[in-house]
Amino acid sequence: MISLAENKQLMGYRRPDGRIGIRNHVLILPTITCATQAAQRITELVDGTVTFIHQHGCAQVGVDYEQTFRTYAGMGKNPNVYGVVVLGLGCETHQARSVADDIRESGKPVEVISIQDHGGTLTAIAEGAKAAVKMVQEASMEPKVTFDFSELIIGTECGGSDACSGLSANPAVGAVSDKIVDRGGTAILAETTELIGAEHLLAERAVNDQVSKRVYEVIQAMENRAIRMGVDIRTGNPSPGNVKGGLSTLEEKSLGAATKAGTRALQELVNYAEQPTKKGLVWMDTPGHDIEQLTGMVAGGAQIVLFTSGRGTPTGSPIAPVIKISTNTMMYERMAENVDLNAGTIIEGKETVDEVGQRIMEEITQTCAGKKTKSEILKQHDFGIWRIGPTF
Amino acid sequence: MNGQALIMKPIDNVAVALVPLKKESIVALGLHGEIVSIELKDDIEFGHKFAVKRIQQGQDVKKYGEVIGVASNDIDIGEHVHIHNVEGKRGRGDKFGRKQATHGL
Repeated sequence: MISLAENKQLMGYRRPDGRIGIRNHVLILPTITCATQAAQRITELVDGTVTFIHQHGCAQVGVDYEQTFRTYAGMGKNPNVYGVVVLGLGCETHQARSVADDIRESGKPVEVISIQDHGGTLTAIAEGAKAAVKMVQEASMEPKVTFDFSELIIGTECGGSDACSGLSANPAVGAVSDKIVDRGGTAILAETTELIGAEHLLAERAVNDQVSKRVYEVIQAMENRAIRMGVDIRTGNPSPGNVKGGLSTLEEKSLGAATKAGTRALQELVNYAEQPTKKGLVWMDTPGHDIEQLTGMVAGGAQIVLFTSGRGTPTGSPIAPVIKISTNTMMYERMAENVDLNAGTIIEGKETVDEVGQRIMEEITQTCAGKKTKSEILKQHDFGIWRIGPTF
Repeated sequence: MNGQALIMKPIDNVAVALVPLKKESIVALGLHGEIVSIELKDDIEFGHKFAVKRIQQGQDVKKYGEVIGVASNDIDIGEHVHIHNVEGKRGRGDKFGRKQATHGL
């Protein structure tokens, strides 16, 4: 039964490729670490622009090159972005021009600036800023249109987990995942590392044998990375904070993390930073590292991310609102400046999982309408790529 | 959810503390529709686990009705269950992988 409140229309921006954005950013996208400083300068000069710092884009080959390329392009194509100024140095493997061409397929405005072609940093900053000024003004004239949950891709994530994660905030996000799926939308489950030990529960819910087989494949590949290194994965995951919060093993953490996936069928398993082709519950193969996972989901088209935490974390994205949900009330009160909602009420018996799920749905509606999340207000523009090959 | 501690599924052999609990205190828990009382042998921090059944070394530790690891020591009822007496079974490159750590991805 879908209540009237939940079925209300959301507000967003219709992009040329038909997708809906809930933010209207102009992204200054450096394809190479050498261009990140110039990109920062442009965002200081031009209101309405965002960028991110990273250390990639050169001396990368093969599948690792492709994954980084897909991540850059995905950030540019995300419908929360109105237009993109792609900034390169000139000699890097991840050519600004190639990334720009890929983003242009979405139909949005794209400009390319090369520091070498423009004869240095200062001119590149000036030219990039000029292009950005034009885009920001155009973006400000974009009308908002109504849409419903079927056009949303929601990323789900847990970071800085504690023993409450699997009891309160994660099941509440699971309830939201089901609600989004039932309304025709898409919910992304990710962090493959943190599903090790819970994979059988997801594989059982796979829509067909092929998806079920992929579940076991990505889990095995992730587990093998630890095994090849000759280490106990517990030396890094669960993290020291997780252990302090009461989580003893990766399996325990995983079983709590898996509750974020609700109860609906698993439709598809996509690679890191790939856009889902199916609606419903979708698994993206990412590591458990918070920022790399977040970046993968946003590059895959998520307009909004639900992020649960027991220990507390400031994490945010330059282009997608991240709604932070605490698993316990103590942390909510301690880190109120970073956390948007509290699910600790479930532990205290004051609210049910479904009631908190309902509150999260309301928060999604308000965030789409323009309410800023704490991570947006604090300009927490995190970005990190899951590298799968060495730097040469 | 309300109370001092929670057993997630009847087959579990651990419970989770929902408030900080003191050593030698008696905790009442719901199991199979009945209330069981357990005397704690350790202080249990908020969110941490204690055994609600005897768990022998090598036996699976269960929470959520699933295996979360294996007991590395014998664990008595009421004892703190954590990294000092539970090991993960997954991602154990130290046991099953190459002994020598190698650089690379």
